Amino acid sequence: MSMTDLDLPPDPILERRQEIQKRAAQTIGRRTVASRAFLLVLLLAFVVALIPLGSVIFALLQKGASSISWPFLSKLPSQPSLIAQNAIGGIGNAIEGTLIIAGLALLIAVPLAMLIGLYLSETSSHVANFLRAIVEIMTGLPSILLGVFAYEYLVVPMGGASGLAGIVALAVLMVPVIAKASELAFRGVPTSLREAGLALGARSSKVTRGVIIPAALPGVITGVLLSLARAMGETAPLLLVIGTSISWNWNPLHGMSALSLLTYDYSGSQYPSQRAAAWGVALTLVALVMIFIFSSRLISAHMRRERH
Amino acid sequence: MAERIRLSATSDRPYKFLLRGAALFFGAVIILFVWSVLHTAWPAIRAFGFHLVTGKTWAAGNGPFGALPLIVDTLLTTLIALVIAVPIGLASALALLYLIPQRIRNTASSLIELLAAVPSVVYGLWGLWFLIPWFTKTLEPFLAGITGGGWPFNGAHEGFGVLLAGVVLAVMILPTIVAISRDVISVVPSELIEGGLSLGATRSQVYTRVVLPSARTGIFGAIALGAGRALGETIAVAMVIGSNPQLPHSLFSSGATLASTIATEFGEATGSTTSALAALALMLMIITASVNAGARVLTNRALKGNS
Repeated sequence: MSMTDLDLPPDPILERRQEIQKRAAQTIGRRTVASRAFLLVLLLAFVVALIPLGSVIFALLQKGASSISWPFLSKLPSQPSLIAQNAIGGIGNAIEGTLIIAGLALLIAVPLAMLIGLYLSETSSHVANFLRAIVEIMTGLPSILLGVFAYEYLVVPMGGASGLAGIVALAVLMVPVIAKASELAFRGVPTSLREAGLALGARSSKVTRGVIIPAALPGVITGVLLSLARAMGETAPLLLVIGTSISWNWNPLHGMSALSLLTYDYSGSQYPSQRAAAWGVALTLVALVMIFIFSSRLISAHMRRERH
Repeated sequence: MAERIRLSATSDRPYKFLLRGAALFFGAVIILFVWSVLHTAWPAIRAFGFHLVTGKTWAAGNGPFGALPLIVDTLLTTLIALVIAVPIGLASALALLYLIPQRIRNTASSLIELLAAVPSVVYGLWGLWFLIPWFTKTLEPFLAGITGGGWPFNGAHEGFGVLLAGVVLAVMILPTIVAISRDVISVVPSELIEGGLSLGATRSQVYTRVVLPSARTGIFGAIALGAGRALGETIAVAMVIGSNPQLPHSLFSSGATLASTIATEFGEATGSTTSALAALALMLMIITASVNAGARVLTNRALKGNS
């Protein structure tokens, strides 16, 4: 039963390999061309993805830039009528309303969201995991649902629409976004830094204040400014709860005006002058949003550079 | 010494209480939030029961309140958005990761992120006054020409409607799909890619047969996250869909989604209409929360499993 190496049957694996190599060599030209074409399609798709951005910016500038003027940005709106169909006035109180509503919502949301972020980054229990899941689901929930929430608890008991209801709706929308961003930022702080603080005898509250928060600040600030930019553009919850105002209203207990809502109202208006002004309002809103987005980039880049 | 440590631990209790208190407070707010929607919807649920979901006619005011057309329109617009945004989004993610030179990669990523920063009301305005003329004059006649005016491109070329809403939604969910799928594709081990290339596969073969399959869990998650956004998008859809609660007979027909109906009708609603609208909100909450939860499970698994 002795076997010699010479009369082995042909190895099927070797044969298969040769077959594959032959086919690969034969098809390499065709496959390379196909590959190049495919890569080109990928790049084209990326360009196609940017077309809407270009188109939106083009439309905003083309149709909105002509409305922008100092009186438009600083004056109160004037209602067009059959006699004065082109009356438009300004959007000063809408800018004011947007800044107040988004700003106060931010003031409510940031402390709470940072505490939740700390809780999520420092605790690992079933409760924390459950809360993390809730926070993640909340970040994707339609914002109009928060409008229903604020309507039920603020508009109905107060007997009318108010800026406050909008503030609360936006704050609840912002909390999960900021909490998620700050949890990630807190987790990004090296454990060695935390342990060094603890080893020096500091309490964990002191370590949090003195080490973790400063180290995580760029990430937190980026999250805060991004959520502020997002909140300023929110329309759906405000539509249900903030009512309207055509005067300078600094009291959030009454109805307020906001840029996003004004864009929506003007866009469907029967007056051509208001429909045209909708683009000016939208351009102002986008400009405000972009200011916060770019400053978030600048701040986080600056702080990172300073640290290293 | 032991004394000191215990002392330090006890005096740190306020901090722990503060963190736990914040978590509890937020949990309470969420419970109140869910309760507010349930509580407002309850009279309508008691009065109309399952007819709220299965009824084919929605009429604000006196009813009937049947949300079936709204549910169908919500799903249809989301489907259109996904059909457009998923291929473009996946291709863009691959291009961002593997084709665009390192130098401009960050800029390219930021441009995609800027798409997400544009407020939805601005997309609505853009769809309403910029896309509608193009739809009526160019796109809709072209599509109708393909099927000779037959289904699904039958009906008048009005511009606004289900198709326009789907296209606007596609633009709005594109940044989500690109960003998440880029993240989950980037954790595909480079050994797999190099292995594929070293076996003689071309780059396109590696991307389609190695990279995408091994990142598929996360990609499904990215798609589900995009779908969640599309299902719940409100203002932009309300501006371009035509606010006409009917079962769609073509892609050109006007419609109304769950979210857009709440937005357009809540202001003038009283009594039973308010309650029925809250029931819509409840349906929307259940649908989007489950889609988002599924999406999170998939993306988290993809990002943890491979890194």
